Parts: sequence; C-alpha cells; structure tokens
Amino acid sequence: MTIVSSLLPLMLAAALAPLVQAVITRTKSVMAGRVGPPLLQPYRDLWKLARKGAVYSHTTSWIFQMGATIGLASLICAVALVPFAGFPALTAFSGDFVMVAYLMALGRFFTVLAALDTGSSFEGMGASREVTFSAFAEPALFLALAALARQTGHLSLSPVLAAVSAGTWMRAAPMLSLTLAALIIVFLAENARIPVDDPATHLELTMIHEVMVLDHSGPDFAMIQYGAALKLWLFGAIIVGVAFPWHSGNRWLDASVGLAGMLVLGVATGVIESSMARLRLVRVPQLLLAAIVLSALALALA
Amino acid sequence: MMVALLVLIPACAGSVAFFVESDRFRRVLLLSAATAQAALSLATWVVQPTPALGGWLAEDALGRLFETLTSLLFLAASFYAVAYLREERSQSHADFEEGFLFSNAREASFTGCLLFFLAAMTLVTVSQQLALLWVAVEATTLASAPLIYFHRHHRSLEATWKYLLICSVGIALALLGIFFLAVAATKPDGSTIPLVVQELSSRAQQLNVPWFKAAFVLLLVGYGTKMGLAPFHTWLPDAHSEAPSVASALLSGALLNCAFLGILRTQEICVAGGLADFSGRLLLVFGLLSMAVAAVFITGQTDYKRMLAYSSVEHMGILAVGIGLGGTAVFGAMLHVINHSLTKAMLFMVAGNLLAVYRTKNATDVAGALSVLPASGLLWVLGVFAITGSPPFGPFLSEFAILKAALDQGQAFVAIVYLGLLAIIFAAMAAPALAMAQGTPRENVVAPAARSLALSAVPAILGVGVVMMGIYIPAVLTRALREAARFLG
Amino acid sequence: MSQLVNSILVLLVLTGFLLLGSSRLAACIRAVAIQGLLLGILAIAVQDGQLSVAGVLFPLISGVVKGLFLPWMLFRAMREAEASREVEPFISYNLSIMAGAVALAVSLWLGQRLKLPSQPPSSLLVPAAFFTSLVGLIVIVSRRKALTQVLGYLALENGVYAFGAAVALELPVLVELGILLDVFVGVFVMGIAIFHIGREFDHIDTDKLASLTDQLR
Repeated sequence: MTIVSSLLPLMLAAALAPLVQAVITRTKSVMAGRVGPPLLQPYRDLWKLARKGAVYSHTTSWIFQMGATIGLASLICAVALVPFAGFPALTAFSGDFVMVAYLMALGRFFTVLAALDTGSSFEGMGASREVTFSAFAEPALFLALAALARQTGHLSLSPVLAAVSAGTWMRAAPMLSLTLAALIIVFLAENARIPVDDPATHLELTMIHEVMVLDHSGPDFAMIQYGAALKLWLFGAIIVGVAFPWHSGNRWLDASVGLAGMLVLGVATGVIESSMARLRLVRVPQLLLAAIVLSALALALA
Repeated sequence: MMVALLVLIPACAGSVAFFVESDRFRRVLLLSAATAQAALSLATWVVQPTPALGGWLAEDALGRLFETLTSLLFLAASFYAVAYLREERSQSHADFEEGFLFSNAREASFTGCLLFFLAAMTLVTVSQQLALLWVAVEATTLASAPLIYFHRHHRSLEATWKYLLICSVGIALALLGIFFLAVAATKPDGSTIPLVVQELSSRAQQLNVPWFKAAFVLLLVGYGTKMGLAPFHTWLPDAHSEAPSVASALLSGALLNCAFLGILRTQEICVAGGLADFSGRLLLVFGLLSMAVAAVFITGQTDYKRMLAYSSVEHMGILAVGIGLGGTAVFGAMLHVINHSLTKAMLFMVAGNLLAVYRTKNATDVAGALSVLPASGLLWVLGVFAITGSPPFGPFLSEFAILKAALDQGQAFVAIVYLGLLAIIFAAMAAPALAMAQGTPRENVVAPAARSLALSAVPAILGVGVVMMGIYIPAVLTRALREAARFLG
Repeated sequence: MSQLVNSILVLLVLTGFLLLGSSRLAACIRAVAIQGLLLGILAIAVQDGQLSVAGVLFPLISGVVKGLFLPWMLFRAMREAEASREVEPFISYNLSIMAGAVALAVSLWLGQRLKLPSQPPSSLLVPAAFFTSLVGLIVIVSRRKALTQVLGYLALENGVYAFGAAVALELPVLVELGILLDVFVGVFVMGIAIFHIGREFDHIDTDKLASLTDQLR
C-alpha cells in the first residue's frame, strides 16, 4: 500500500496530465459555441506521434535530437518532487522547490538550444521570447514559494503544501490570495496560455512556445507535447494545493478533492483564455513584474 | 469675538464681492473691508482680544505683529488695486513681450479672491492650533492662485500651475509633519498633548525627540516651500513676476511672512524643548543656501520683476539665518520682517507703474525713469538701495542686527558668507536699477497723461515708512518686537 | 478585524502599483478613486469596534468625496481639456513599477525602524501609508501630463491621511473638515487650471510649459 501511495502523485501525473490539456481545450470550444475534440484526443495524438518516424534536418546536430529527450526527462524528475493533494512526493528534501525550478530551467534550456540548433529565424525568435518571459516569471515563482515556505515554516514542497489548510486561510487570507494570484499568472506564462501566448495561433510570428518546437516531429514531438502536459500538471498541483487545501483524515477523499480541483483549474483556465485577448508582447513583462510585486508583497506579509 | 471678526470681515466681504455687478460698489466694498480690518488690527494693540474657539484662535505678541503688518499692507495694496483696476479697465490688453491679445479675469473674482486671501492670511496669524494653521496656509495657496492668473495668457497660466502644484505638494509634506508632531506629542501612557502652541511649548520636554526632529524637518521643508527657501523656491520667480503688481506685492510682502510664521511656531516649541541647536543649524543652512541661490540668479537678470522675486528669496534666507542664529538675531529677524514687507511691496508697486508705461519687463530696455515718471523713478532707485541694505533705510538696521549677532556668537563663517552674498546682491541689483532710472528714454515711451494719483502715492507712503524705520523705531514697536522674539530664542 | 485591515492595506498597495503601471488616464483616475474609498473604509476599520457618530461620519464623507466626487471632477477636466487619454511618462512603465517596488521596500524598512507609541492594528499600516505617499511623489516627478500630477498629489495626500489613520490620531472635527475641504478645493482649482491649460495650449503636457526660464546675459 505504501508503495502505491508514494508513487500515486507521479502515477496520477503521468496518467492524467494530457487530460487536463483536453479539459482546457474542451472548455474553450464550449465557450466558443462548438462541441470540441473528445477528451481522450491528446492521448490519441501522442499515440499517433509515437508510431511515426522522425525527420531531422541537415542543419541540426545531436543537440536537436537530445533536446526533446532531456526536456521530458527533467520534467519527469521535477514532477517526482511535487506532492499532490495531501500525498507527499516521491522524494522530498529541504530546498527541493529550488530543484524543481532548476529542473524546469534545464528542460527549457535544452528546448531552446534545440530550437537555436535548427538555424531557423522563427524558432530563434520564439526562443528569445520564451527565455525573456521566463526570466521574469522565475523570480515570481521563487518569491511565491518562499512566501509559502515562510508562512508554513517548512523548506520542502511536500510539508509546505501539507501544512496549508483551511486554518491558514482563516489566519492569512490576504497573503495566500496574493500568492495564489502570483502563481496563477506564472502558470499562465509558463504554460504558454492567453494572455501570454495563444496556443491555437497558426501565425509563426505571433507564437512563443509552439514556434520553438516547429521542427520536431514524430516521437520527439510526442515527448515535447507530453512534457508540456506534465508542466501544466506540475504548476496545477501547486496551485490546487494552495487553493483547495482539503486535509480530512481519508486520503482517498483528499485525492478526489485534488482531482476535482485540477478539473476546476482546467475549466477556469479555459474560461480565462476565452474571455481575454492576448497581451501585446511588450506588456507581458509588465504582467510578470506585477506577479513579482504580488509575490514580494505576499512574502512581506508572511 | 474680536479675533473671530478679524477673519470673518474679509471672508464675508469676499463672498459678497463675487456677486456684486457694479464696479464702483465693489471697489468701495474692498476699500471699506480693508479699512475696517486695519482699524480692528490697530485696536488689538490697545485692547487685548480674548481667545476664541477654546484657545485655538488667539493673538499672542508674534501673531499680533504679523497680523497688523498684513492688514496695513493690504490696506495700502487695496488703494493701489482700485487705481490699478480702473487703469486696466480702460486699456486694451496686448501682451508686451509677444504681442498677442489677452483678456483679464473678471474683476469680481479678482476682488473676491483678494479678500479671501486676506481672510486666510489672518487665520494663519491668529491660529494657535497647529493643524488649523496648516488648513489656513493651504487656504492661502488656493485663494492666491487665481490672483496670479489675472492676465489670461500662457505665461501666467504656467506660473499659476507651478505655484499650485509645488506649494500643494510642499504643504502635503507639512501635513505629514503635523502628524509626526502629533505622534511626538503622544505620551507613553497614551494620553496626548493637544496641538496648541502654548501647550506644546510648556510641555516640550515630554515630547518624543526623534519623532519631533523628523516633524521639524518635514515642517521646515513644507512651509519652506511656501516661504520660498531654496531649493524649494522654484515656483517663486515665475509666480511673483507673472502676477499683476498688486498681487505680487501681497504675495511677497504678506504671504511669505505667513508661511514663515508656520516655521516660527514650530521653532517656538523647539526652543522650549531644548532642540534649538538642531533646528538652528538646519535654518542656517537653508537660509544661506537661499541667499546664495538668489545671488546667482540676480546677477545678470534682465527681467526686473524676476529680479525682485529673487530678492524675496534672498530676504527669506536672511530671515531664516536670523532665526537660526538665535539670541539677538531674532530681534533683528522680526524687525526685518517689517522692513522687507514694506520695501518689497513698495518696489513691486513701482515696478507695476514702470511696466504700465514702458511696456517691457526687460531692464535693459528701460531708461530714463526719473524723467518720464519722476515719483516712481525716484522710489525705484531708493527702493532698490533700501532692499539691498543701504543706510539710511530700514532693512540696513535689521540686516546689521543679524550680522552683529552672528559676530557676537563667534560664527565667523556665517558672518563672512552673509556679508559677501549681501555685497554681491547689492552690486547685481543696484547697477541695473540705476541704469533704468537715469539716461534718456526711448522715443516711443510717452509720459502718461493722467494716471491715478494713488498709483504713486501709495508706494510713496510705504517709502516714507521704510525711511522712518531706518532712522527711528518707535518705542512701542521695539517693545512689541522684543515680546514677539521672546519665545524664539 | 486585523484580517479586514490587512486586506484593505494589500488592496491599497495594489492600487498604488495600478497607478504606477496604467497607461490609460482613466485607469489612473479610477485607481486613485479606489484609494479614496479604501481609506474611508480603513479609517472606520482601525477604530476596532469603538464606533462613534463622528468616527463613522467623517471617514464616510471623506470616502465619498475622494472616491466619487473628486474622480468625477477629474474625469470632467479630462474630457473638457480634450487631452489624449494616454499617460505619457518620462520613464517606462516597467521602470515605474520597479521604482514602486523599491518604494515598497523602503517603506517596509521605515515601518520597521519607526517605533510608534501605540501598536497599530496591523504591521503593514505604516508601510502602506509611506508607500502610497512615495508613489504619489514618483508619479508627480515622472509623469508629463498635468492631470497625472494632480493624481500624484492626491495619492500623496492619501498616504498622509493613511498615516494619520495608522497612528489613530483623534483630530478634532473642525480640523478633519478643514483638511478635507482643503483637498477638495485644491483639486477643484487644479481641475479648472487644467481646463484652462488644455484650452490655451491644446495639450496638457507640463514639460512643454517651459517658457518662463532665466536667461543669463
């Protein structure tokens, strides 16, 4: 039983991450008045891509082939450190949230390298935008997690999210709301959602994330897509841990609440994406600066 | 009752003046309100008025001195204003510098604002509660801003905007200072000392020192902005040069004193609390800085009204130096308040006459004032000599008293810098002023046909006052000045 | 009660950042309006249950004046001066927000250093007050339009007022009324001046009001 419960966060992430993407897409379609793709479509896409052959351009080197793999590997390691709904993560140690951020940065670094390796100007442009925006998003993430750490008195993600409870909300609602707001902005930025990036655009000049991975194909592209889903789940788990702190005795009840929370987060993201327009690129640093300020304020309040 | 009347008379007259349609009736209203106010002020020297509003409005020696000076100056200014407004009515308005046509503000609003201005200044002088004093100082800013915008063109609008914004920001900082003072006046057991000058002075030892020092700095910065101390003086040259001469006379002669009074009230409490060294040093620094800045900007100044405005900055610096030195210099500063107000008001009025006839603000284009306008030309020369500190005029005595006090205290550096700056300013102002008075006027300058007598008579009377102050100070005045200086160190 | 006070203060700080970062004049005016309303509620909240008629009435009046009346006047001034609706700052919006962050840090440091005689209801009260004043000063210095300078002045006054609420000053009724009247008339006069500036110059950029200078021979 303990093996199952210690592997549960990772297994849930592995199994359900593309489903959250599907929920977001479905919500957007429904809000636009369409039916939308079926909920299992991301899995079908991954399966289709895995069976295809990969095409590598002559201008690329081994970095291009490694990029997707390392990206996925780092994200899987990062997800292993994140708890979900009261179940502690596979490993937890003091300062592991720094490790999570750095693992994500490692994945991003190799994705960017792979994009630059192709020598295509579109991908280089997307890479520079992506790196700029994550340079602004990272302090916000760190400050928000530091605020949570200071409030709960622990330095590791699993105890921190376990310590956030309804009582904490009663005591420190302003601080937790600010942290939540900052985390949501970082969530939207890192996962290339509106208002930072439009995942449904087909114009390369306006893309940030999708344009970086234009040249990947087949299993590489499947790894990239799956990695993006894992990233979504990672941020979502942290947000659900702060926003829906349900710690009853029954762990399976907690897990169900956590899953319901992820569903709510997916629907909410779809609603946000449908109701806002994308920000001008020069405004995105301002948005992320606002997130930094919000999390700094939360840290000051903690 | 008397104290309340002092504020209410001009306030009511001002409210009525806005709605009066007839020019003649309005001017009579202005003159009678000014005369009543002056008479009431002089009466307070004979009969000590009783405090009103539970001790918040009362006239102590310092307040009485400033209040009487303000009322008398306003009386003179109102006679000049009536003549000035009559002249303005009859002329078409073409701008002297750029030639475009402009209009004036409604005379009713000008008169009304003048009277409100007097009411607000009187409220400053009789307030004993520091927060009420703050409200009154802000009210003077708001009442005097429309006065600057009498001639409706872009330069005066720019001057009005700078005046409004810079003074309001400064006064907002002064409000923070008042709040800091309230914190300083909270005793550890939670009870508070009321923010009345008398109470704070008598219990000054119980004030929380760090908070009080911070409060003093903020109040000095805030009221210093309004007073025209460098480096917060940047609104002053524009406002005082673009306003009509009667308004400039009141702004320089009366309003700067009221702002100074705010600082003086705080200094009273500082002295009572034993912090005179701290406050004195700050006042000295700002005073000498103001004098230095004025000296730099007066040298080579071609606009003679701006020159007078910078001279006001210099004299406010002298006042700050006097108070900062303490001791006998305070008597000198109180005397200087009177001397400066009389002389500067006279100078601005004379400048107004010169401007009306010569149609230029450039000192290099004005020549032969003594032949075109004998009375104004003579007063101009005498006034400039007076304001730069020559004997036998009043300002010489007061500036000398401050210098002597500096030397007595052994502050050689202060004395040398003070004297040096006075000398520079004398040279920088006297040379252009003499050039303006002597020589032959240009061809297109016409000696005025029949200008109102008041336009020359009022400055002449003020000039006589300045000369008198230089030769003989009546004993009653000496006693009053000593009384006023008593609590200021 | 301290939760309510904390939430109000957080919102106050956020309106400060909103004022610094908004590019539209209308958004800036609304930010200052929200500040005025928040301060009215704050002044009631810090009284911690000991409510008196005057204690509720004056914050209410102040909230209504600063939150509804003054913004209405400023909107009118903006419309009648026919200025362009964009704030044109001297420093970029990003730099303004970072300046605001520095101001917040300085305010927090000052708030820790200054020991008030009585403990305020929240440790964030004095820092929020200083922050609002500093934001007002930053806005006055770094913005071109006359209207934004008035907004900066209002923010400065709001910060000072918040400090007064923080130290639970029991100002007499007359003084409170006087201060409020002064701010109201001040903004009224400034609004009229802005209207005149707009009509005279066809713009309300104060950095173009530079014809009065000292020309040395």
